Amino acid sequence: MERAEIERLRWRCTRRGMLEVDMVLGRFLEDAFGRLSESEQRAFIELADYDDMALWRLISARDECEDARLASIVAMLRGCR
Amino acid sequence: MSVPILKFDAVVVGAGGAGLRSAIQLSEAGLKTAVLSKVFPTRSHTVAAQGGVAASLGNSEEDHWRWHMYDTVKGSDWLGDQDSIEYMCKKAVEVVVDLEHYGMPFDRIDNGKIYQRPFGGHMSNFGEKPVRRACAAADRTGHAMLHAMYQRNVKANTQFFVEWMALDLILDAEGVVVGVSAMEMETGQIVIFHARAVIFATGGSGRIFAFSTNAFINTGDGLGMAARAGVPLEDMEFWQFHPTGVAGAGVLITEGVRGEGGILRNAKNERFMERYAPNAKDLASRDVVSRAMTTEIKEGRGCGPNKDYVLLDITQLEPEKIMKRLPGIREISIQFAGVDPIKAPIPVVPTAHYQMGGIPTSYDGRVVALGADGGNVVVPGFYAAGECACASVHGANRLGTNSLLDLLVFGKSAGDSALEDLKGGKAHRELPKDAADRARERIDAIDRRRGGVSVHEARQAIARAMQDHAGVFRFADLLHKGVAQILEVEKMVRNLEIKDKSLVWNTARVEALETENLIEVAKATMISAEARKESRGAHVRDDAPDTPEFPNGRNDKEWLKHSLWYREGNRVAYKPVRLKPLTVETVALKTRSY
Repeated sequence: MERAEIERLRWRCTRRGMLEVDMVLGRFLEDAFGRLSESEQRAFIELADYDDMALWRLISARDECEDARLASIVAMLRGCR
Repeated sequence: MSVPILKFDAVVVGAGGAGLRSAIQLSEAGLKTAVLSKVFPTRSHTVAAQGGVAASLGNSEEDHWRWHMYDTVKGSDWLGDQDSIEYMCKKAVEVVVDLEHYGMPFDRIDNGKIYQRPFGGHMSNFGEKPVRRACAAADRTGHAMLHAMYQRNVKANTQFFVEWMALDLILDAEGVVVGVSAMEMETGQIVIFHARAVIFATGGSGRIFAFSTNAFINTGDGLGMAARAGVPLEDMEFWQFHPTGVAGAGVLITEGVRGEGGILRNAKNERFMERYAPNAKDLASRDVVSRAMTTEIKEGRGCGPNKDYVLLDITQLEPEKIMKRLPGIREISIQFAGVDPIKAPIPVVPTAHYQMGGIPTSYDGRVVALGADGGNVVVPGFYAAGECACASVHGANRLGTNSLLDLLVFGKSAGDSALEDLKGGKAHRELPKDAADRARERIDAIDRRRGGVSVHEARQAIARAMQDHAGVFRFADLLHKGVAQILEVEKMVRNLEIKDKSLVWNTARVEALETENLIEVAKATMISAEARKESRGAHVRDDAPDTPEFPNGRNDKEWLKHSLWYREGNRVAYKPVRLKPLTVETVALKTRSY
């Protein structure tokens, strides 16, 4: 990804409505995103577009991810500390 | 270099609850309205408000706006302006009904009316017993509000400028607000929004503290811009703290955990709340628990390598009970504290949650400065609503569910006042020649600087200074040192350097600009807190204790007044609390006790 794209993604991950989501997405971007395959990166970007509440319910395991393409990323986010 | 100019009737800065609500008034009246936001509107921090919105609908039991008003005045520890409080409590029903019309999915009771639940501090019959007053949409009230109001704005043709950062307020030579400068993040382009009315709805600024429940977005941009333009900031010493935020993260652990039997412990494994509140123990009120925790930490009984937190212990509870009665708590603890609470206690600290002060306004949403006679003088063309504003309804302490009400009522009244002021189609006033200069100079200085201070370092310094000197329990010596320290930190902020100089999507530049806003809020808070030599509501000083002469440390003879901090010279002025409501009798002063 180009610098501008990464920077935009960083902004969209760390300027959320909820602190919980800021922190998890921010950490994931720093620690894990660079190691993902291209399709996994696309899946993460798609997830980052979810509403804060929906995303937080997925991350805190109150909802299960029903989209098989995104489930592995959700599992990684749950393990992201 | 010429700067593009976009012309609107009204410009709203911030697209959370207050901004969206005021934009509805303006756009539906046919005004050409722009809303600027750092993020997509439904990602504003309003989304984090779960509890509900207070309104005396009386759907489940008898209720009255006068009872709500009484509770709010008492909650404010009598610092709230009673005209604003009457206005808000009376208007509550109307703004909730508006929301219904916008399609807000409130929970319902069997007869189809809105379901209401009880909430701390909301009582019937002037403080007699709890009343069901909070209207909610499950645990996603803020989320549902944002969605309903965003859609309504789209329908009304409000123009959204998403991922734009407002930079500075533009005033003409006569002191009339005529617009705002802003930067599009995608291009780095600076643009002037030339307007007949500017409404600030930029939210809170809890990121001044090291430990805060606020999302990263809450950097006090509106307060910074107002302060630089010479507008004072009101009652900034009053911050509400929540006792149990995860240490180092800020994420909230709900009070329900203590309700289910969670116990607070210090480094000696003592259940210290037994000493501070022998009856209620860990279930004492928020401020009592927060102060006890701070005292334990200050006296060296904190936990961890830096002895800077205490422990919330639920290991004695059955794991099944934790999973069933406290959903999500185990996951929050594992994710943010690295601790499984079934096996080990959770590190917690009192955590900054809500800013009671802000840009001074009257109940009609118009921004007011202090006149020569000590009264309010309107700043023409300038309006503010929501957490960034101080109407003042929360005074020294906010009641739960009054924050969503505040942003609805004053969002609407700010919009209505702008409409009224623009009646008759007054032309745009001329922009001053130097309209974009202040913003341009700030950005150029950051871009040009070499060998300066990093944004990260400066932010850490602000957060540390505020947390250590102006936290939940305040001490004269620490406040005194804190003032000197925050002025030193200000020098760091004046010397910010960014490595990345690119124009497109330069988040480092945006963060530097946010930091310049944070420091204004931090100075206002520290200096106002040092100056107020009493305890009241959320501002509790060790040297203003509970005595027969001054119950709870509150000193109405000297301190029944609002603070106004001015950026120039760090001056603090005062103005009287408006004790006279609009139509009813004053809620007379008395000791606040529950």
